[in-house]
Amino acid sequence: MSILVFAEHDNSELKADTLKTVAAAQAIGSDIHLLVAGHNCQAVVDAASKVNGVAKVLVADNAAYEHQLAENVSLLVTELAADYSHILATALTTGKNFMPRVAALLDVAQISDIIAVESSDTFVRPIYAGNAIATVQSLDSKKVITVRPTGFDAVATDGNAEIIALDKVTDAGTSSHVNDELSVSERPDLGAASVVISGGRGMQNGDNFKLLEGIADKLGAAIGASRAAVDAGFVPNDMQVGQTGKIVAPDLYIAVGISGAIQHLAGMKDSKVIVAINKDPEAPIFQVADYGLVADLFDALPELESKL
Amino acid sequence: MKVLVPIKRVIDYNVKVRVKADNSNVDLANVKMAINPFCEIAVEEAVRLKEAGTATEVIAVSIGDKSCQEQLRTALALGADRAIQIDTDQNLDSLNVAKLLQKIVEEEQPQLVILGKQSIDSDNNQTGQMLAALTGMAQGTFASAVKVDGDKVNVTREVDSGLQTIALNLPAIVTTDLRLNEPRYASLPNIMKAKRKPLDVKAAADFGLDLTARTKLIKVTPPAERKAGIIVESIDELVEKLKNEAKVIS
Ligand SMILES: Cc1cc2nc3c(=O)[nH]c(=O)nc-3n(C[C@H](O)[C@H](O)[C@H](O)COP(=O)(O)OP(=O)(O)OC[C@H]3O[C@@H](n4cnc5c(N)ncnc54)[C@H](O)[C@@H]3O)c2cc1C
Repeated sequence: MSILVFAEHDNSELKADTLKTVAAAQAIGSDIHLLVAGHNCQAVVDAASKVNGVAKVLVADNAAYEHQLAENVSLLVTELAADYSHILATALTTGKNFMPRVAALLDVAQISDIIAVESSDTFVRPIYAGNAIATVQSLDSKKVITVRPTGFDAVATDGNAEIIALDKVTDAGTSSHVNDELSVSERPDLGAASVVISGGRGMQNGDNFKLLEGIADKLGAAIGASRAAVDAGFVPNDMQVGQTGKIVAPDLYIAVGISGAIQHLAGMKDSKVIVAINKDPEAPIFQVADYGLVADLFDALPELESKL
Repeated sequence: MKVLVPIKRVIDYNVKVRVKADNSNVDLANVKMAINPFCEIAVEEAVRLKEAGTATEVIAVSIGDKSCQEQLRTALALGADRAIQIDTDQNLDSLNVAKLLQKIVEEEQPQLVILGKQSIDSDNNQTGQMLAALTGMAQGTFASAVKVDGDKVNVTREVDSGLQTIALNLPAIVTTDLRLNEPRYASLPNIMKAKRKPLDVKAAADFGLDLTARTKLIKVTPPAERKAGIIVESIDELVEKLKNEAKVIS
């Protein structure tokens, strides 16, 4: 049977995490189709056709899919589902939003956030903020799965898939898009960066995040934050790393003025190397840090920037 | 309008869970339990809608054994008007939870159902979306703002790239994110009052649903431990280690 993978994109760019979800699909089977649902998204289709291991790219280009409203996308995917044994999406906000709807419409369970594939029906996923790892078997005939990108290595992009346009449009008519307030940043995506530097409540205010920017510029790093820093309004919500924010696993993660609560660790403890800068030697973040520096961040950050 | 708030009893968020020695599951014996934090935000939002005169009644519902009545009482103390316990000993998949909630939606006909976006035990992030699919309602997930406007509700959602606002026809489903509100503490008089508020118990088996498990838990293991690190004495030492030992910067 075939596997359908939902392509994560914003109508102009195929998100790199899709390449990891395709890798998860390859661990399950070989006949993989990629679905691009959007509007005026030709650039995404072109990129999708080059993803290795993908046999066909299905394109649903219609105004009804422009904002990937869950009601409309889930109807589309459910209609396509008859031909597939597995349906996969990346566990980012779009996939998390519409996939459980697909599962319910198909009357099957969803396996969320898998980090490994044991067999075509058995998967590994973190539970309890990553403090336990569950191996779960799906007993349904069809598997609806979201994939945590940090669990898989991206496939290459020198393929050449067949492109098939879908003409059927599914518009539930129950929801509409009002507006977006997108964060614009010149820096790499949190999920894609090989270095991430995050600030917590210890940063004291949003202005002080400038102290992280100089370092991030030198290291080509993305900037993240703890929930406390987001809640306090220092930085926007899309910078939150953690159990209920973004999950990152860069080569280097630098936590500054972050205590290391379970919920924050859940989002970064699979990083290759962790550095913690905190003035409290008892802070739990030091228990997961490869290199800890007990210091006042307002002294340490300028010095670090100057020595890189 | 009626607002329905499904809530879940989970491990307290401050407690670090342990895996049982036989790897069959996590060990919840004698562990502090609480209302799932996202569900608490859902209750708070519903109560605020009532205080603003938008909602007329707030109904909390929980699925589980008798112990989840404790969390229902918490919801009542926070301002819910009445509660329903759907009694079961089974550990249900999200799909079966959504099917039971669909029955309550049919009985109660709420205009808005507010749920937490995920429970901090299974971390599934599924139930609200599944309930929306089963009831045919539109959904506003990961909400950081909810505004009811006539026969529509505007929901601002926390998404990977920032914020997105969508408009949903009512009745609709909302799932809460952390920034939606800051839940109040229940006052002592309200805790006392909550003891006298109505709490109905219905047996899950009486709904005539097939609640067969759709997933099987094969095993649960502890995560890989990180090996202990070192404390460096200076920025110079840190930079040296990152360059020459970890080789993550050049
Ligand atoms: C349901 C739920 C979900 C959650 N999800 C997340 C999540 O996804 N991500 C997340 O991060 N949190 C999450 N949390 C919150 C989490 O529990 C913690 O409250 C939060 O991570 C704390 O952030 P913090 O470390 O920045 O703040 P604090 O815990 O207040 O720590 C601040 C640290 O800064 C240090 N510091 C202060 N001043 C200085 C200085 N001048 N120099 C050096 N160090 C200094 C202090 O020593 C302290 O260790 C969640 C909580 C709940 C209940």
